[in-house]
Amino acid sequence: MTVPLWMYLAVAAALFSIGVFGVLSRRNAVAILMSVELMLNAVNINLVAFWRYSETSTDLLLNGYAFTAFVLIVAAAEAAVGLAIIITVYRNRRSVIPEHAATLKG
Amino acid sequence: MEIFNDPNTLPWLIPAGPLLAFLIITLVTNKARLVPATDSHAYGGHHPDYDGMTVPVVARYSRILSVGVGMAGVIAALVVSWLTLANASQLHHIGPEVLASDIEWMSTGETSFHMGVLVDPATVIMLVMVPIAVLMIFIYSIGYMAQDPRQARFFALISLFAGAMLTLVVADNILLLFVGWEIMGVCSYMLIGFWFEKESAYKAAIKAFTTTRVADVVMLLGIAYLYSITGTLSFREIMYSPETLDLLATTTPIIFGGWTVSAASIIGIFLIIGTVGKSAQFPLHVWLPDAMEGPTPVSAMIHAAAMVSAGIFALIRLYPLFAAGGDPHHGVFTEPLAFMAVVGAFTALLAATMALAQSDVKAVLAYSTISQLGFMMAALGIGAYIAAAFHLITHAFFKALLFMAAGSVIHGMEHGEHHVHEHGDHGHDDHGHGDAEGHAFDPQDMFNMGGLRKTMPVTFWTFLIGGLSLSGLPIITAGFWSKDEILADAWLVLNKYGSGAHGMVFVMLALAAFMTAFYTMRQIALTFAGDGRTEAAKHASLGQGLVSFTMTLPLIILAAFALGAGFVGVPKDFPVLNAIFSPEHNSFHHLVIEALPLPETTAAFATLPDYHPKAPPFNIVPVATSVIVALLGLWLGYMVYWRKPLKAGQPDPLEGFLGPLHPVLKNRCYLDDLYSAVFVKPSQWLAAQVIVFLDRGIIDALLHIIARFFSWLGELIKALNLWLIDGVGDGIPIAIFNFGGWLRQLQSGRIQLYLLLLLAAAAGIGLVLVLTAGGPPAL
Repeated sequence: MTVPLWMYLAVAAALFSIGVFGVLSRRNAVAILMSVELMLNAVNINLVAFWRYSETSTDLLLNGYAFTAFVLIVAAAEAAVGLAIIITVYRNRRSVIPEHAATLKG
Repeated sequence: MEIFNDPNTLPWLIPAGPLLAFLIITLVTNKARLVPATDSHAYGGHHPDYDGMTVPVVARYSRILSVGVGMAGVIAALVVSWLTLANASQLHHIGPEVLASDIEWMSTGETSFHMGVLVDPATVIMLVMVPIAVLMIFIYSIGYMAQDPRQARFFALISLFAGAMLTLVVADNILLLFVGWEIMGVCSYMLIGFWFEKESAYKAAIKAFTTTRVADVVMLLGIAYLYSITGTLSFREIMYSPETLDLLATTTPIIFGGWTVSAASIIGIFLIIGTVGKSAQFPLHVWLPDAMEGPTPVSAMIHAAAMVSAGIFALIRLYPLFAAGGDPHHGVFTEPLAFMAVVGAFTALLAATMALAQSDVKAVLAYSTISQLGFMMAALGIGAYIAAAFHLITHAFFKALLFMAAGSVIHGMEHGEHHVHEHGDHGHDDHGHGDAEGHAFDPQDMFNMGGLRKTMPVTFWTFLIGGLSLSGLPIITAGFWSKDEILADAWLVLNKYGSGAHGMVFVMLALAAFMTAFYTMRQIALTFAGDGRTEAAKHASLGQGLVSFTMTLPLIILAAFALGAGFVGVPKDFPVLNAIFSPEHNSFHHLVIEALPLPETTAAFATLPDYHPKAPPFNIVPVATSVIVALLGLWLGYMVYWRKPLKAGQPDPLEGFLGPLHPVLKNRCYLDDLYSAVFVKPSQWLAAQVIVFLDRGIIDALLHIIARFFSWLGELIKALNLWLIDGVGDGIPIAIFNFGGWLRQLQSGRIQLYLLLLLAAAAGIGLVLVLTAGGPPAL
């Protein structure tokens, strides 16, 4: 039995929603960063699933894989930069809560 | 430059000098500063007392510059005139050939109106006379106006006057002539009223202006009517076209048509009325005696060189128009000719009688001017337009001389008056007391003079020459020849055809000539003979230096003309003298007759009756008449006034002789009072009524209603302004401010809120896409 596409999509949607909820509800910047990772991975699942079920998927056209690989690399870079920022903010303000770093608020 | 080299365009420059001088003086060199007039001696004595006023006093450099510019202008005019005369003398046959050029001035539908200059024989004689006379007047003005605080203004105005006269002289059409004519009218107004602080001066100015205005309006009507019939105003086009003249003579005018007069008659009479005003003929002569309120050079300008001559000159130019349909040399008169003959002869006689009883030295000359202009007018009326032109020229010379000599006399009298005040032993200083006496003393009254022959010899001799020329002293004076020619022309037709009009003119002019000789001798004797009747007369003199020089030099030069100018017109068969002065023909007659087309030289006129006066053959009757009236008048004047000079306070012997007539004549036949009662007073009454009813009643009421409406409208607009314009104007920024305030609440600084909004927006956009896409995309 093959797993139908909607199941992948449902899992990805659930994962994305959990990520969004985390981003919006957590106050800790590190938790927000982790939730962003969840959202990115939900997208990765979508990319791979759509690639696998599209009629153009052959062994030569690895679009889904390629995009997913890029997303993973960018997410890693993003997490590194984000953590570096968080650590710097923490050093300056003794807080990892984004509301406390509101110097640019108009 | 082309305009200098081409003899046809050179005449444009004749009036340019004085007109430029006017502009330069007015705009550049006339610099004055206001000073309180405290010392009347600083302005000389010959004008009204400025005490208590602030007068603009021309700075010395400005005075010199202005005089220099004015003189330069008139000298330029003289030089260009002479160049033009030289060019004209090069013409093969002046008359049929002329110097002329024109420019298109105004396009009127299919035709166009041309303005231009014309130098024909009539212009030539004026170009000989006007610039010389004007230059003499200018030179004289340097001395006469030397002390006047407004000397620069004077030179500006008199330059404009001269420029206007020269424009009139060189004009080739009636309209340009009329332009010069009107500029002179304005100048005469400003110059007669030059000493406008004096009530009599500004009143005289207004009188001169309004009187000539009446005539000018009528003249303009005549010009307009002429243009409407012929379609041209050019002298040559009208006068050299028998068809045009015939058309004018046969057209029945719309008005007055029932009186069997032709359009030519109506136009002619309208144009003549213009001259009646300008050349001061009865009944519009009243302004001229008052015009002597102006400075004396102005009187000389108006009475001799320019203004009054302009009227006669215009009539000479237009003569064929008046003669169209008639033949005065055979006793057939047209209405305009009869009108001129009657008005001229009557004016000559009337003015001569009025001159008898005047005591003001300039008034006598003013009336003699009117009288002499009457001579010219009458000569035109009987067809003797050449004699009129001749008398115009000689009269201009001797009358300019007489006026300036009279001005010297007045100047001398004022000088004497100051002398008496400064050195007199009356025991008072020269102010307060002296002023009261100064007002009472009239330096122009001949009965205050006497004996000036001794203190002012040059003035005496030149005045005598001018006076004798005016009287027509036989042979040696210019006045004799011109007056004699008028009488000879009248006699010729009277004798040949028994024309009654010519007889009337002959008798009236002879009588007027007799009276002219008498009052001239009376004037000379009262002024110069015997001993001074006042202290001022005993000390009268012109002083020394530049003033004296510039005031005597013109007199001497003009005296030469007053004697010699007549010899150009000696009749061909006058005994003895013809061999010297006119061996072939009467030179003046020979020249001027070419001004109008001759049958011999102009083909179009070959078959028409000749309207030119023939040079009258020598006849003993008119010559004897002019000799007798002149000598008789002079002798009578000599016997009454010179042999037994009047003592101070002695009444005029004429008063006893004339009896009740004397006050009538002295008061100018009460004509001024009549005009005052008939025209001036009703006008003033009407003006007063107009002020009450029309001005205050209707116009002011209307204005108030309009003002109230607009003030109500203004209130309305003001309210609208506050509500609508201000509301919109203020509302827009307030709305923007409020919107911005609301929008800035979104900028909370909480990143998660931003994300939530982003999500909501993405969800919204996604929803819209799902609902509008209409199904999944075809993969």
